[in-house]
Amino acid sequence: MNFWLRLDSMDRRWVFLMMGLAVAIPILWIGITGRTFPETATPAARDVFRAIDSLPEGSRVLFGFDYDPASSGELQPMATSLMRQCAAKKLRIVCIALWPLGGNLAQETLAEVVRSDFPTMREGVDFVNLGYQAGNEGVMKVVLTDFKKAFPVDSRGQPSNDIEILKDVKTVSDFPLIVNVGAGYPGNKEWIQYVISACQGKVKMVAGCTGVSAPQLYPYYPVQLAGLLGAIKGAAEYESLVNEAMGGVPAPKYLEAQRRMAPQLFGHLLMVSLILAGNGIYFAGKRRPQR
Amino acid sequence: MILRRTIPIWIATLGGFVMLISAFGKPIEGMGESFAEVFNVIAAIAFVLGAGSLLKANLTKISRRDAGWGFAIVTLSTFAVTLIAGIFKVGVNPSRDFPLATFSGKQTTPESPFGWLYEYAMVPLTSTMFALLAFYVASAAFRAFRAKNLEAGLLLGTAFIVLLGRTFAGVILTGWLPEWASGLRLENLSVYVMQVFNTAGNRAIIVGIALGVAATSLRILLGVDRSWMGTGGDR
Repeated sequence: MNFWLRLDSMDRRWVFLMMGLAVAIPILWIGITGRTFPETATPAARDVFRAIDSLPEGSRVLFGFDYDPASSGELQPMATSLMRQCAAKKLRIVCIALWPLGGNLAQETLAEVVRSDFPTMREGVDFVNLGYQAGNEGVMKVVLTDFKKAFPVDSRGQPSNDIEILKDVKTVSDFPLIVNVGAGYPGNKEWIQYVISACQGKVKMVAGCTGVSAPQLYPYYPVQLAGLLGAIKGAAEYESLVNEAMGGVPAPKYLEAQRRMAPQLFGHLLMVSLILAGNGIYFAGKRRPQR
Repeated sequence: MILRRTIPIWIATLGGFVMLISAFGKPIEGMGESFAEVFNVIAAIAFVLGAGSLLKANLTKISRRDAGWGFAIVTLSTFAVTLIAGIFKVGVNPSRDFPLATFSGKQTTPESPFGWLYEYAMVPLTSTMFALLAFYVASAAFRAFRAKNLEAGLLLGTAFIVLLGRTFAGVILTGWLPEWASGLRLENLSVYVMQVFNTAGNRAIIVGIALGVAATSLRILLGVDRSWMGTGGDR
């Protein structure tokens, strides 16, 4: 039987097996050797770093967690690094979520980064998790005029009016920077359309997003979005910048994005090979005389 | 008729115009905010409606013994278990601040059954579902991504640039190019594709969508478009 015909009749479970191996072997290899590929940051990732780095110590940052565990494989490493840079810069972090499970992810990120590595930061003074609020764009409209009305209590049940970090916060304009990690709707795009455009330059925003939503956000960079981290690649670039700035040997939790670049490399190479093979079959079939 | 059509149209028209004008006029900014709060309340109520809809759809499936009714039982059982564990704070210890108040503890800690369900059922299940995409995308790329014409060929070329440029493969394949030709390195080409071609195309789409949204919104506000009220049972 002709090679192309045999390839054409290949059971798709072989494709699944190849993809499984293309992802699993690099994960095991990195697990054993601990080595990652070097990353060179693109301007969009460098701008995220600069936007946070340029804020004076003690500035308030609104940190949005608009994703859920389904996309945390792609987004959690960037959320971890963003939180780390904010904490290292001694910024005051206010976490919110417009996705029901985002509040939990904010809590986990705070525990992983702030509570464990920055123990001098005090809850309610240097950071707070206001949790999830239902209403999507409705919440965004309310924070434009009265922030505490949209988030009346924090995740511990403490009234917003009694929380030190929110003492002189009236509207979202009192945050010089919004850091939002989003997987879809409501997320980065809605923050730009409803909040950033309404604040008319008073508030900057940097965003992290999944690979599929990155093309929709590039049109907003660099005007409405001061920086953009697209998918795990953007996260790996940004992570390497933060690690470089912090110095020393980073803990494994701060290398998660870079560790995921090897499975991505082999996964992408397999995809390219499969597409080429598929096209080989197609053109070989066209050349074959029709009966 | 009045309850089903006239009143909803007036609410939509009034709410929509107030929200619209409040963006331009300071005196009625507060009214716009009130409507936004009402929207938030409705969004919270939607969760209850969603739960009702889930129950109705799955109970109907089970009673009719439709295909996959066994999965409907699993859905309803997990729904009930999670709801009860969350609402009644099953297995949650009182908080240290209020040790005598039974319900003062938080149910979201991993030690509680509700937290356990999130940590060890919800998180791995949703991550697994998302990860499965890689296998289906690979299979679909092999079967369907063919350069049948010029447009498909261009799409294929762009896909290769982005797929390779977003990994270390780009550096390996084109890192040797001299500095004056660095724009042709795959990692730089990938950024160029995203920031120039993609931005141009997407901006055109965004402007088109914005015009469409404005036109549709105006039709709804003026009561011309009534499709949002549904058609079932009111004809």
